[in-house]
Amino acid sequence: MKNIIEVKNLTKNFNGFVAVNSISFLVKEGEIFAFLGPNSAGKTTTVKMLTTLLKPTRGEIRVNGYDPITHPHNVRRSFGIVFQDQSLDDELTAYENMEFHGILYQVPKDIRQERIEKLLKFVELWNRKDDLVKHFSGGMKRRLEIARGFLHQPKIFFLDEPTLGLDSQTRNHIWNYIKELNGKEKTTVFFTTHYIEEADRVANRVAIIDNGIIVAQGSPQELKELTQSSSLEEAFLKLTGHTIREEEAAAIDRLRMRRKIMRR
Amino acid sequence: MSAIYILWLRQIKRYLRSRARIIGSLGQPLLFLIALGFGFGPIYQRAGGGNYIQFLAPGVIAMSIIFVAIFSGLEIIWDRQFGFLKETLVAPVSRLSIMMGRTLGGATVASMQGIIVFFVSLIAGFRPVSVMLLPLAFIFIFLCALLFTAFGTAIASLLEDMQGFQLIMNFVIMPLFFFSGALFPLQGLPKTLQVVARLNPLSYAVDGLRGTLVNGARFGLMTDFWILAIIVGVLMTIGSYLFSKIQI
Ligand SMILES: Nc1ncnc2c1ncn2[C@@H]1O[C@H](COP(=O)(O)OP(=O)(O)OP(=O)(O)O)[C@@H](O)[C@H]1O
Ligand SMILES: [Mg+2]
Repeated sequence: MKNIIEVKNLTKNFNGFVAVNSISFLVKEGEIFAFLGPNSAGKTTTVKMLTTLLKPTRGEIRVNGYDPITHPHNVRRSFGIVFQDQSLDDELTAYENMEFHGILYQVPKDIRQERIEKLLKFVELWNRKDDLVKHFSGGMKRRLEIARGFLHQPKIFFLDEPTLGLDSQTRNHIWNYIKELNGKEKTTVFFTTHYIEEADRVANRVAIIDNGIIVAQGSPQELKELTQSSSLEEAFLKLTGHTIREEEAAAIDRLRMRRKIMRR
Repeated sequence: MSAIYILWLRQIKRYLRSRARIIGSLGQPLLFLIALGFGFGPIYQRAGGGNYIQFLAPGVIAMSIIFVAIFSGLEIIWDRQFGFLKETLVAPVSRLSIMMGRTLGGATVASMQGIIVFFVSLIAGFRPVSVMLLPLAFIFIFLCALLFTAFGTAIASLLEDMQGFQLIMNFVIMPLFFFSGALFPLQGLPKTLQVVARLNPLSYAVDGLRGTLVNGARFGLMTDFWILAIIVGVLMTIGSYLFSKIQI
């Protein structure tokens, strides 16, 4: 099958600090690909470079065949994204946020209305469509962002820690949506996470990134065989020499959520 | 085109929904009209200047426009901090369209504010000399709004957070405002300050407004119009360049 994302020796330097260090990987069309790594591994930085938000220091990227630096417009047409941090307009309603997106991506009016309704029903927000987003809970906002990202039927869907800070029930819910859309629409899904079981359960293939370096990649099964481990957890430990620091990660999650709440 | 429209519409909706902001930004012009208008009115009259409210009102209208306009431009910084900017930046829309939509939206909002202040000044006793010239006055209101929204947007593209805002407020906006002829006539100023006022874009906006509302244009309405239009063009160009360079 065709590679829809190709990355070769990609590097990002922030004033001498190497956040992403010469990583290479391929994502096949239609698959679910996980970028698994602890906090500060360089996941978000990589996603930003793939999605035209950040210029790489070195290396090559092809997204749907286009280079984000020379053909940002074509790359932007190819993907939808859910960012790690919230990116909705709080002062608009759920419907208006969808409408804004649809018009920006030039989805024709009749198709737009039909699809907004379908997607909002799908993420169970249709009955709240006229509420201002600022009154939504974290999980509702996430669901709305997922619906919005799919509105223009992108070929690739990026999700940067889509389940961060959500309870396990909401997390399951969200993965069901994403898997269903991946199955029905054949959308390629690229997601980042620091939940090992999520990568194990959802992804066709996983790249483990630590301190800006990809230490291993392959299907969860391959990674387990490679390291002769019974679980991906154990494989991760053997490959990186440390656990994913769930404790610390959870603490940072809490800190982040608190910061978000303070900002309101 | 539709991208420009939806970005414009977003600004309008946000403005109309924030009653507190509309009322809040009426406070300052109102205070200036009442405090300065009635405070300096008698002195101005005795000095042979005529009715001070007639002189002051166009200046206060311009003031309310530039504050709202610059603030609208700076909303990019909020959008950056609240994350919404990313949503527009990853969209397959030219950076120029994004910049135009935002600027037109902010300028419309600032113009609405200017028109509200115009009506408030009527209550304070201001009387425009000619109803025929009012449409022209609205053109100057919009140009002034456009110019300072573009200015705010350009500045905001350079700033990561609101920390530099105070600096801009005190060292750019306030001086621009004081040396624009909004509050007092420029004729009596020392030579250097007259030059400063001549280089100040706001002087031409104030002059244009005064010219259309009370017939007192010093530079001439055509001069005012063209200078403002050219500066708007330049700022929009610089602004979209800076905007296209934003990385998150
Ligand atoms: N704009 C920036 N300037 C300087 N350093 C940065 C910048 N953005 C990211 N970094 C640094 O790069 C490293 C990788 O950050 P990144 O956000 O990519 O991590 P991540 O894998 O997404 O982690 P998390 O799970 O916490 O989101 C971090 O050490 C971070 O401090
Ligand atoms: Mg991240």
